[in-house]
Amino acid sequence: MEPLAGIGGTVERGLAYVGGLAQLLGRAFVHAFRSPLKRSLSLQRACHQAMMIGVAAVPVISFITFFIGVIMALQGAYELKRFGAIHLVADTVAISITRELGPLVTAIVVIGRSGSAFAAEIGTMKVTEELDALETMALHPIGFLVTPKLLAMIIMMPCLTIWADLMGVIGGSIFGVIGADYTFRTYFIATRDALFMRDIITGLVKSIVFGLVITGVGCQEGFATGAGSEEVGRSTTSAVVTSIFLVVFVDLVFTAIFYVTGGA
Amino acid sequence: MSEGPIISGRDLRVQYGDREILHGISFDVQPRETIVILGGSGSGKSTLLRTMVGLERPTAGSVWVHGTNLAEASPAELDEVRRKIGLSFQGGALIGSMTVGENVALPLREHTKLEESTIEVMVRIKLQQVGLIKFQHFMPSQLSGGMKKRAALARAMAMDPEILFCDEPSAGLDPIIAAGIDHLILNLKQALAVTIVVVTHELASAFLIADRIIVLDGGHIVAMGPTEELKQSTHPRVQQFLNRVADTEGKDDVDHLQLFTDRI
Repeated sequence: MEPLAGIGGTVERGLAYVGGLAQLLGRAFVHAFRSPLKRSLSLQRACHQAMMIGVAAVPVISFITFFIGVIMALQGAYELKRFGAIHLVADTVAISITRELGPLVTAIVVIGRSGSAFAAEIGTMKVTEELDALETMALHPIGFLVTPKLLAMIIMMPCLTIWADLMGVIGGSIFGVIGADYTFRTYFIATRDALFMRDIITGLVKSIVFGLVITGVGCQEGFATGAGSEEVGRSTTSAVVTSIFLVVFVDLVFTAIFYVTGGA
Repeated sequence: MSEGPIISGRDLRVQYGDREILHGISFDVQPRETIVILGGSGSGKSTLLRTMVGLERPTAGSVWVHGTNLAEASPAELDEVRRKIGLSFQGGALIGSMTVGENVALPLREHTKLEESTIEVMVRIKLQQVGLIKFQHFMPSQLSGGMKKRAALARAMAMDPEILFCDEPSAGLDPIIAAGIDHLILNLKQALAVTIVVVTHELASAFLIADRIIVLDGGHIVAMGPTEELKQSTHPRVQQFLNRVADTEGKDDVDHLQLFTDRI
């Protein structure tokens, strides 16, 4: 019975964690629609966050997805060549990048850059009593800290994902031109013909949910930081590990839903 | 003093987990008086301060601030009270990502519809009062310990609070800087018709700035009264505190045994 009780306890804790995330994000949304004064200040902070989360992440995401595009083309070509179907390499890259790898790689880079930073920032503020200071000034830490991050993430994740998709396709086109008798023009025409709008839409829907998960986990781990600076390190590590796990899990759920509903 | 107390605690009990910190204390603070809560480490003075600003909820009893019982106050009522108070934290608790000026401006920007130019003038007035006018654009990390405390005082005064709380304003500072902070509080007391509540363990500081002193020991009030009256107190713990006499390790044989067996 003991292993069963252990499994039950783990599931219960997992559900409580997800419930806590939903509550945190729900409160952050409510704060976004409070008074006009708070809304305008929140938008200013959201713009600052958008620069940090989105614009500053463009170079690293560009490089990574460009290389992944090349890798996908190489790997795809290796198998397709055996069936005499190397001309399908553009289709393979386009579909794998837009549906799966673009959103997933973007999410993982954003977790490493921003999810960990959220946990470290809020955790440090807790240790140095800055969160208490906000409360005594009648400023709600969730509205002040989480809402701008959430708004920025909802806007920037799809933007970064579209950019990642484009860079992945460009990466694939390099191999297409060098190793598969494409010109850039024919490669992009083949890519356009291979893609349906729903491929891009499903990727973007997933990217928004990934953004919610990354913000929720990063901030929740920050707020859960205990006393002492080493706790900030623990929160940051936990934010990264939990976010990656939940993003992959959410990816699985959404892919299954899209498959069942004929979207995948 | 006929208008009644501005802060009032009645049979106030606060506990963390199973450990009770404040054991049913009662006290009043009159408008415009400066009251010092004096006590050693672990006496419960910081917990009392946190309870008076609504950061801790009493487990029993009541604490009335501005006519609101914080033990039963709704979040909106708590915010209403907090807009009328200012708290200067021991370590400053300045928001690390904002300049000193932005920290002082924060409550004004969040809670008022004042023009930016007016806020700028008010920030400079507050910084002038604490002698930090030249440090408006400095980041908190660039300030010394004493400067951080003074900046925290400026932020606490930003909304012209009716009650100013100070947590250990001169602790950890050299005697000259500490004396400067004491004189700053005295100046504020004379310049503004404000109630000041100071938590400290510094005797010299307490006797210099206080109208009345509350001495806390082990979560109980052991003495309360005007400074001169307190100096005449015959209470053994007050005498021990005033004469800086060290505690013996265990008060009796049972206490001494507990040190080794770790049993309560």
